[in-house]
Amino acid sequence: MTITRRQTFMMALGATVAAAMPFRAFANATEDSVAAFTGGAEMGTEGLTLTAPEIAENGNTVPVEVSAPGAVAILLLATGNPTPDAAIFNFGPLAASQMASTRIRLAKTQNVMAIAKMADGSFVQATQEVKVTIGGCGG
Amino acid sequence: MKTTGLLTAAIAMVATGALAQDDHQLVTNGDIEIVTEAPAPDHVTGLRTIYSGWRFRESSLQEMQMDDFENPAIIAVDKAIVQWSMVDGAEGKSCASCHEDVEQSMVGVRAVYPKWNESAGEVRTLAMQINDCRTENMGAEAWKYDGEDMTGAEALISMQSRGMPVNVAIDGPVADTWKQGEEMYYTRYGQLELSCASCHEENYDNYIRADHLSQGQINGFPAFRLKNDGLVQTHNRFKGCIRDTRAETYSSGSAEFVALELYVASRGNGLSVEAPSVRP
Amino acid sequence: MAENVKPKVRVPKTAAAGEAITLKTLISHPMESGQRKDGDGKLIPRSIINRFTCDFNGQNVIDVTMEPAISTNPYFEFEATVPEAGTFTFTWYDDDGSVYTESQDIAIG
Repeated sequence: MTITRRQTFMMALGATVAAAMPFRAFANATEDSVAAFTGGAEMGTEGLTLTAPEIAENGNTVPVEVSAPGAVAILLLATGNPTPDAAIFNFGPLAASQMASTRIRLAKTQNVMAIAKMADGSFVQATQEVKVTIGGCGG
Repeated sequence: MKTTGLLTAAIAMVATGALAQDDHQLVTNGDIEIVTEAPAPDHVTGLRTIYSGWRFRESSLQEMQMDDFENPAIIAVDKAIVQWSMVDGAEGKSCASCHEDVEQSMVGVRAVYPKWNESAGEVRTLAMQINDCRTENMGAEAWKYDGEDMTGAEALISMQSRGMPVNVAIDGPVADTWKQGEEMYYTRYGQLELSCASCHEENYDNYIRADHLSQGQINGFPAFRLKNDGLVQTHNRFKGCIRDTRAETYSSGSAEFVALELYVASRGNGLSVEAPSVRP
Repeated sequence: MAENVKPKVRVPKTAAAGEAITLKTLISHPMESGQRKDGDGKLIPRSIINRFTCDFNGQNVIDVTMEPAISTNPYFEFEATVPEAGTFTFTWYDDDGSVYTESQDIAIG
C-alpha cells in the first residue's frame, strides 16, 4: 500500500492538530466514492430527500431513507466510517418511485450523504449530520 | 464508565427542563395496543406514574416496535417457533408435544411471571420454568440461562401475552422473595454507590452522559438491544447495570437476581407486556 | 457459508393493475464487516451480502449494491409498480458465492 503525501502530512501533524484542519483534508475516501459515482460532475441540491434521525441511540442500526423522483440511481455514503460506501440503489423499470429505505451502521457522529444520478445525467446531493450517542450506563 | 470517586462527581446529570419523554402511543401491527403509561402500583411509593422504556427512546427506535416485520427481535422468534416443534431430549418430546400451539397455550403466561411454583416450593422465573420443563419433562439438557435459545423461547412465549397487563403477585408465598428484591432495589452497590433507584426512580428521564434514563421497567424484556445485535435477557441487563456501578455482580439465574426480577417486574404491574422490545 | 440465512418479504396479496405498492424485505445475515477483531486481535474477514435485486415477471424493480455499512439482517423498503398479476422474485448475493432467493405472487383485484 502506498502512502500518499497527504497521509504523510497528516501523520506528521498528529491527530489533535489534524482535527482543526478543514473537512476536505479528511474527505479523501468520501471524495473518491463521490468521484467514482459522478465522474467529478457538479452536484445540485434540489430534488433529493435524505431522511435520517438527528440522534441515533446506537450506531449499529440507523434507519435511513432516500428519495429522488426521476433518479436512475442513488448513492448512500457514511462519510465518517472507515469506508464510506453504504449502498447504491439502482432503480429499474418497475420501480414505482425512486425511494428506498434501509438500515446502516455508523461508526460515530458524522455526515450521512446521498447523491442521486438523475435521468438527464445530472447529479444532486443531500447531507445530514447524524449524532451517534454512546456511553453512559447503557454501555 | 471510566470515572471514579464521589457519587456526585461520577454522574453528570443533565436536567432537561421540560419532561423529555414523549407521549407517543404504541400500537403494534395495527392492532395490539401496548399500554406504556399507567398509574404506579400501590407498592411503588417512589413513583406516581410508571412508563415503559419505549417512551424514553428516540422515535426512529420506537417505530421499529410498531410492526413485527420491522422488529429485529422477530428473527429470533422465528427461530424459536421452529425450535418449539423440534424434538429434544431422552423423552423424544418437543415443547409442542405437551403445549401444542404456542399461540393458544402460552396466552397470559408471561404476564404473571416470575411467580410461585407450588410443587417446587420456590419463585420461578420464565427461564427457570423453561429449563425445568426441559430437564424434567423432556429429558433434555438445560439451556444456558441467558443464552440465545433461552431468550428466543422467552421472546416467543412473552409475545403471546403482548398487550396484556403485567400482573405479578407480590404477596402470599412470594412475599419474602419480593421483600428481598425490594431491598436490593434500594441498596447502593459498587464503587459508584448507586442503587437501581438512584437512576431509575430518582432520575428517570434525565440523562446519564448520553443515555436517556428510563424507569428500568422490564415489561419489554427480553429486549433486542442494538448494541448487542441480539436479544438480551433480564438478568443479563441486571448484570450490566451492577457492573456499571463498579460492583462485583451476581450471575444470571442467581437467587438474588430472581428476587430482583420479581420485584422489578411488579413495579411494572399495569403496563402491557411489550416483549420482545427494541432498545439501544 | 453463513448459517441460518433466512429471507423474509412483505408483499401485498393483491393490487390494482398499475398500482404502486410498498415492499419490505429482510434477510437474517450477520454482515460481517471486516472491521471487527476476534479474541486474539486478528481481523475477522469480511463476509456480507453484497447485492440485492427485486424483479417482477422478469423486469427489474430495484438492484442494490451493498457494502459492509449495511446493518446486520439487511432491511430494505421500496416501491414497485404492478402492471399485471405475477411473481416478485427477490435475490440476495453473498460474498461467499451463495445466492438466496424468495418469491411471492400477487394477484390483480
